[in-house]
Amino acid sequence: MDIKKLTLEEIRNLIESRVIKVRDVTEFYLKRAKELQEKTNAFITLDEENILNQVENLEKELERGFKGKLTGVPIAIKDNICTKNIRTTCASKILYNFIPPYDATVVERLKKEGAIIFGKTNMDEFAMGSSNETSYFGPVKNPWDWDRIPGGSSGGSAVAISAIQAPASLGSDTGGSIRQPASLCGVIGMKPTYGRVSRYGLIAFGSSLDQIGPFARTTKDCALVLEVISGYDPKDSTSINRENPEYSKGLSKDIRGLKIGVPKEYFIDGVEEDIVVNIQKAIDTFKNLGAEIYEISLPHTKYGIAVYYLIATAEASSNLARYDGVKYGYRAQNVKDLKQMYIKTKKEGFGEEVKRRIMLGTFSLASGYYDAYYKKASKVRTLIKQDFMSAFEKVDVILCPTSPTTAFKIGEKSNDPIQMYLSDIFTINVNLAGVPAMSIPCGFDRKGLPIGMQIMGNYFEEQKILNTSYAYESAVGGFKFSPFQEE
Amino acid sequence: MSFEAVIGLEVHAQLLTKSKIFCGCSTQFGSSPNSQTCPVCLGMPGVLPVLNKKVVEYAIMLGLATNCTINRNSYFARKNYFYPDLPKGYQISQYELPICSDGYIMIKTKEGEKRIGITRIHMEEDAGKLIHEGAHSLVDLNRTGTPLLEIVSEPDMRTPEEAVSYLKELRQILLYLGICDGNMEEGSFRCDANVSVRRKGDTKFGTKTELKNINSFRFIQKALEYEIERQIDIIESGGKIIQETRLFDSSKGITISMRSKEEAHDYRYFPEPDLMPIFVDEVHIKKIKESLPELPYEKRQRFKDQYNIPEYDIEILTNERDISDFFEKCVSLYNNPKTLSNFFMTEIMKELNERKCGILETKLTPGNVVEIFKLLDEDKINYNGAKTILPKIIETGKSPSVLIEEMGLVQISDTSALESIVMDVLRNNKKELKEYLSGKDKLFAFFVGQVMKRTSGKANPKILQDLLKEKLSKISIDEVDNL
Repeated sequence: MDIKKLTLEEIRNLIESRVIKVRDVTEFYLKRAKELQEKTNAFITLDEENILNQVENLEKELERGFKGKLTGVPIAIKDNICTKNIRTTCASKILYNFIPPYDATVVERLKKEGAIIFGKTNMDEFAMGSSNETSYFGPVKNPWDWDRIPGGSSGGSAVAISAIQAPASLGSDTGGSIRQPASLCGVIGMKPTYGRVSRYGLIAFGSSLDQIGPFARTTKDCALVLEVISGYDPKDSTSINRENPEYSKGLSKDIRGLKIGVPKEYFIDGVEEDIVVNIQKAIDTFKNLGAEIYEISLPHTKYGIAVYYLIATAEASSNLARYDGVKYGYRAQNVKDLKQMYIKTKKEGFGEEVKRRIMLGTFSLASGYYDAYYKKASKVRTLIKQDFMSAFEKVDVILCPTSPTTAFKIGEKSNDPIQMYLSDIFTINVNLAGVPAMSIPCGFDRKGLPIGMQIMGNYFEEQKILNTSYAYESAVGGFKFSPFQEE
Repeated sequence: MSFEAVIGLEVHAQLLTKSKIFCGCSTQFGSSPNSQTCPVCLGMPGVLPVLNKKVVEYAIMLGLATNCTINRNSYFARKNYFYPDLPKGYQISQYELPICSDGYIMIKTKEGEKRIGITRIHMEEDAGKLIHEGAHSLVDLNRTGTPLLEIVSEPDMRTPEEAVSYLKELRQILLYLGICDGNMEEGSFRCDANVSVRRKGDTKFGTKTELKNINSFRFIQKALEYEIERQIDIIESGGKIIQETRLFDSSKGITISMRSKEEAHDYRYFPEPDLMPIFVDEVHIKKIKESLPELPYEKRQRFKDQYNIPEYDIEILTNERDISDFFEKCVSLYNNPKTLSNFFMTEIMKELNERKCGILETKLTPGNVVEIFKLLDEDKINYNGAKTILPKIIETGKSPSVLIEEMGLVQISDTSALESIVMDVLRNNKKELKEYLSGKDKLFAFFVGQVMKRTSGKANPKILQDLLKEKLSKISIDEVDNL
């Protein structure tokens, strides 16, 4: 049996029917993760002992008749999601030694369904970046071309899938941090509706934007992980108390009559030609599947980046205040007094990009600037939200490229923050509005690099997005998610 | 040139909820350091606050009790600043839209009642504490996340006395509502004062200073007196007041500059994204309104109308809800408010003050108090006896009729028994008797005293007096030697 090729459902079924052991699956992925770690740098922490303990416990549970939705499925977790007794660093020096005494709600939910909490994946420091180059633990590399970035900030979680180091993973998405690396690595990544998935235990970057979501190879795998991690959590006041559908069971390939909107603002200069061509092809495919295509307008799209970099940084400047060397994490040595301890700890503990954003955010909230920056940005955010709301009165889903470019070279944009910020131009507005969106593979460019297509949906209409993806996936005969797929 | 002060007060009242405002940890005072903490109040990465609904209820209660508008929509904001006792690096508070605004309370002043405006009441979390030990500072986060209400007054007070009167009234309201224990020493009722002075008749406010964390009524009075005088002195000598924060040094009775306006923090307030806006509906407010207890102001008015007792007595009796409730239970069993009130003023309050305890911490019951008065009415004891047994009741809870037997305090009302004692006293004090009979009337009290001494105070004073008068009237000065 080729474990590598098994879907999550197959892994679960084969384990629960005792055809294979939990150990077989986990050891396969552990071996892959270790073998490829030097090349990908996808993991920050791979606690083998902890993982094998989980395996042992699950084997015992199985003897007692345990059944779950993800029994024996190893799931890699982005290193900004707290895992009890497993180091959680946010890819920052300032948390290099932090071991949480609690699990994030999503981790609890995965465990409850029998998943094995696999390694902790590399990321941009505090999820701030679009290339995974800001990690204190070094850059993550793209399996499709080792000289290229995998996207960010959830680069490690995306690469773990496309390098087949894990069958599924979790990332977090504040401005595109799941969808953009999914796109650049040729895998599926989904950002659910804000409030759909509990943020408890997700180390905050931009609290009003952050959302945890899955990376997967197939639509069905994605749907299954999503339904496990979703749902109201009394520990997160912003999580929403409403019915949590079983997405994997609700999947349907029939999208006849589905109204697909294509926003003109997303096909602008600067989008690589191959990307436009491939998305166009996909639109044709949807037409053939019986969907109706409409050109729509999201007029405030162009303000997204500016609004995002005021709001996300403002929230971040406050969220990151707690890393002060007093209670946990890194503390600077040889200091005279409290003020010096604060300054040195933050100066030495945070990387450049994080410091840049803390300063931007502090400025945006400063008295005398608040009205012109943070407050104004909040108002424009409302307009962006309204764009989506009126668009979804006319169409069911919106299609566009996930990223204006395919994976770029390591170092290519790291000294040009503005260029770097622009790589999130198509993903950011979704977070500002709070709607769900997914990036799915959509062919390759002339360099052989994966292209991603973004499907956006109305609030809580994850199922519609998944069905759109499912139909496309079937029509194209499945996704090529890894250069190692056929090995 | 005469000056007047302008004073506004900011009070922080710790709420008596069982758990903290944003997590399930206990709010109990005095536990071992950091024992009442969890990842949420420790500000660990990734944790989120969940609002304790009781805090909203308490805030609404105080808002209603102070005639505020209860804002249907309000929200929390983050107040950002760095300090080791603030684990998140921000305090969750309310800023632009507080839960209550535009209220007032009535206070007593020398000139009569005065209305003091309440600008706003908002909910927030308390910070922890630092303990400085030599070269180190230790952090105790037990108090972190204890719910607070911040009550901000209008600058309506003009004297330190008015400020103290306002604080007393506000504290009393909190105690009546049962939402704060008002303990100033332990910091559950803290006060900052904004104070400025201006020439009488001026309509513009002068430059203010802020006095921080003054922890007793006496210190508030002193700090304000000092600060007002300091400001007047500066202005009179041609100087200018600097806007700054000052600390009161209670040992020296002076205020000292802590930081100037330029050094003031920029708190960078913005809406707390981890909490949903607070929405309170009419039905909820109505329910809380109906459950409100009688407030101090209302109670004082009712006592005046209902019991016809002196204003001073009302003041004391209504000071604490436990006392006034106790008093009213007594009145319901023994309808003589004036007599009862006297007894409370002269005896019960004295005992409580000596013991430094509340009435409910003693074994005294309204039934026992009323029984004392029945025994007095039935001449079974006299007032002295009543005074003697009170501490015993407080300590043991025994009934007064049992105690007077045990302590041998049953009053001697038997005329024949008293008669022989009276005669004995007269025989043994012939010198005084002669003097009395020669017109020195004052000595009557001497004879009463002697009988009381002999009976250990148990003689029924009324009967004794009658008897003594009768005996004395029958004795002529010549008979004295042959008595």
